[in-house]
Amino acid sequence: MATKTSAAPATASEFLTTEDRIALLRYMLLMRGIEERAMNLYRQGKVPGSFYDGFGQEAVSVGAAFAAGPADRLCVLHRDLGAHIVRGVTPARIFSQYMGREAGVTGGRDGNVHFGDFRVGCVGMVSMLPDMMLVATGMAMAFKLREEQRVAITWFGDGSTSRGDFHEAMNWAGVQQLPVIFVLENNQYAYSTPSALQFAGDLHERATAYGFEGIEVDGNDAEAMFEATRAARERALAGGGPTLIEAVTMRMHGHAAHDDMKYVPKEQVEEWRKKDPIDRQVARVAELGTDVHALRAEVQELIDAATEEALAGPMPDPATATDRVYYEAGEDLLLGDGDAPWSGFAGGGA
Amino acid sequence: MATMTYLQAISDGLRTEMRADERVFVMGEDIGVFGGAFKVTDGFIAEFGPKRVMDTPLAESGIVGTAVGAAVVGMRPVCEMQFADFVSCGFDQLVNVAGKMYYRQGLPVNITVRLPSGGGFSGGPFHSQNPEAWFMHAPGLKVVAPSTAEDAKGLLIAGIRDRNPVVYMEHKHLYRRVKGEVPDGAYETPLTARVAQEGTDLSIFAYGAMVHTALEAVSELDGASVEVIDLRVLKPLDEEAILASVRKTSKALVIDEANQTCAAGAEVAALIAEKAFEDLDGPVTRIATPDCPIPFSPPLEQAVLPSVERVKEAARELLEY
Repeated sequence: MATKTSAAPATASEFLTTEDRIALLRYMLLMRGIEERAMNLYRQGKVPGSFYDGFGQEAVSVGAAFAAGPADRLCVLHRDLGAHIVRGVTPARIFSQYMGREAGVTGGRDGNVHFGDFRVGCVGMVSMLPDMMLVATGMAMAFKLREEQRVAITWFGDGSTSRGDFHEAMNWAGVQQLPVIFVLENNQYAYSTPSALQFAGDLHERATAYGFEGIEVDGNDAEAMFEATRAARERALAGGGPTLIEAVTMRMHGHAAHDDMKYVPKEQVEEWRKKDPIDRQVARVAELGTDVHALRAEVQELIDAATEEALAGPMPDPATATDRVYYEAGEDLLLGDGDAPWSGFAGGGA
Repeated sequence: MATMTYLQAISDGLRTEMRADERVFVMGEDIGVFGGAFKVTDGFIAEFGPKRVMDTPLAESGIVGTAVGAAVVGMRPVCEMQFADFVSCGFDQLVNVAGKMYYRQGLPVNITVRLPSGGGFSGGPFHSQNPEAWFMHAPGLKVVAPSTAEDAKGLLIAGIRDRNPVVYMEHKHLYRRVKGEVPDGAYETPLTARVAQEGTDLSIFAYGAMVHTALEAVSELDGASVEVIDLRVLKPLDEEAILASVRKTSKALVIDEANQTCAAGAEVAALIAEKAFEDLDGPVTRIATPDCPIPFSPPLEQAVLPSVERVKEAARELLEY
C-alpha cells in the first residue's frame, strides 16, 4: 500500500532528520528577520546606498546551501543571504556589512549582499550577472583537475539567462562534465522585466541542450530545494557532471528598497503570499512538535543583539581606502583547501 | 644561457613554471593538440597532458572567468587569448571579477592572461590591437610588456608567481624577429623599467615592439646621446626610473604603438609634466598610432603605426629644441 497514515508531515527528502528540518526553518527565520531589520536600518538612514532582499525566496538559498559539504565552495547571489547564514556568517557581521562598517565582511569595501567570506567557503558576487557562474565553473574545474571530492554551487536569476556568461558557463560545464550545481532562481522578474519579455520556453530545459540534467523545483519549499541539491551533489561527486536546478519562486519585494514594484499585478503577489516558504516549514515542524514560538523568540533575540553589536562598531578609517588594491605579501589567504562551517545535515559527508 | 627567440623564451618560461609548480596550468583556444595559433605551447600537451594544457571552447569570458574560479581555490592558471583583440570578450571577468576580488574580499586572484598584441603584418582591425591601456585603467590588475627574449621569460615567470592578476602583453611582431641570450632555469624579471640604452641628451620611453623601433631610430641619429627606457611594466609604472631619466636628459619623447588617446604614453607624459616640469628643457613629445582602427592593407597600416622615420624626426626636433 502506498498510502501512509503516519502523523509525520510530508518531507521532500528522506535524508532530513527532525533537527535538520528545524534548522532549515531557523535559517529561513534568521534570513527574513535580518533582512527586515536591515530594511528598517535602511529607512533610518543607517544603510547607505540601496537595500536588496530575498523576501519570499528564503527556501532557495537555505535549502540548497544546507546540502553543501564543508569542502564545497559557493558563489552566492544577492537574494540568497540564507546561504551565508548556513555557512556560519554571523548576523552582526551581516548588519555591519550592510551599514558599511569596519566589521562587515568586506570592511565597507563593497555594499549590501556583495560579500562572500572565503573563510567559510564563499565567494561574493559582482553586479554583472551571472559572472559568478563562470567562477563557480572554474572552481569545479580545479576540483576535477585535482581529483577532489567537492562541488561548486552558484545561484543566479532568470535575468541572468539572457547573458552570454550563462551560455559559456553551461557549455563549459557540460563539455568538461564538471561537479558544479547551477541554481537558477526564477523569481519571475528581472528588475521590472517579466519572464515573458526575457525568454521563451522553459529555462530548466536548456540544460538538455548543454548535455546535462535540468530540473524544475518548487523554490518555496526548503526541503525540496535541499533534496534537489543533495541529489545533484551526489551525482556530481560520482562523476555525473553538472545539474541545472530551476527554483521557481517569486520576488515578493521590489528589485531594491527604492522600487515600489507597481509593475507587478497585485493578484500575482497575493497568490504567491499563500506559498510563503516560512509558513510552509512552520507547518511542518509544528506538526513534529517543535515549539515554533520559542524558536522565533530565540531568533529575534539573536537579531536584536547583533543589531546592537553592529551599531556599536566603527566605520572604516578613510585613510585605508586605497590600501590592499594589490596583494603584496604576508597572509596567504586561500579559499582553497580547508573545510568550512556547514550545515552538518545527516548523511552529508565531506 | 641559450639563444632564443622571444617566442621560444615565452614557451621556456611557461614550461619552466609548469615543471616546477603543479598548480600552474595553461588554458586557451587551440593551445593543446594544435600548440597554439603562434605555437607558444607547441609540444606542451605531450609533456604535461591534456588536463594541464587545456583546449577550451571558443569563449574568452569563459576562459578568464573559469581561471578566476580555479585561482581562488589554489591554482595558478595561465590563460592565452588567441589574439589580444579578443580579450574584449573577456573584459568584464578581468576588470570586474579578477581585478577587484582582492580589494573587496581579500582573495588573491593568481591568474596570468597572455595577450598576443600589436600590428605590422596586415592583421587588420581585429588582429593588431594594443589594448594594454584598457587594463592600466582597471584597479587591481598589473600590466607587463616585455621587449626582449630574456624579459619575455622573466616577466612571464614573475607574472605567474605574482598573486595578483597579471596581463602579459606579448608583441606578435617580436615573436620571431627578436632573439637573445636567455638564462637557463627559473628567474623573475623585476617589475621595473630597464635602461635599454644609456644617453644624456634625450630620453625615449617605449615598451614592447616600440623599444626596437626606438633603438633603430637612435642608431641612425649620428652622434646624439639618447637614452632609451624600456618601460617593461605599464601598471604600476616605474615612476622613479622615468623621472630619473628625464632629470638627466631634460627631454622626453614617448612612443606608443597603441591608439594615442589615454594610451600608456599619456600616463608617462602626465607623470613627467607633473613631477619633472622644472627639469624639462623642451616639450614632452608623443608619437602614437592615431585614433583609428588598424587598417589591413600594408600602405595604410604603415601610415598609422609609428615608424623609425617618425621617431628619428621627432628626436631630431627635440634634440635641437
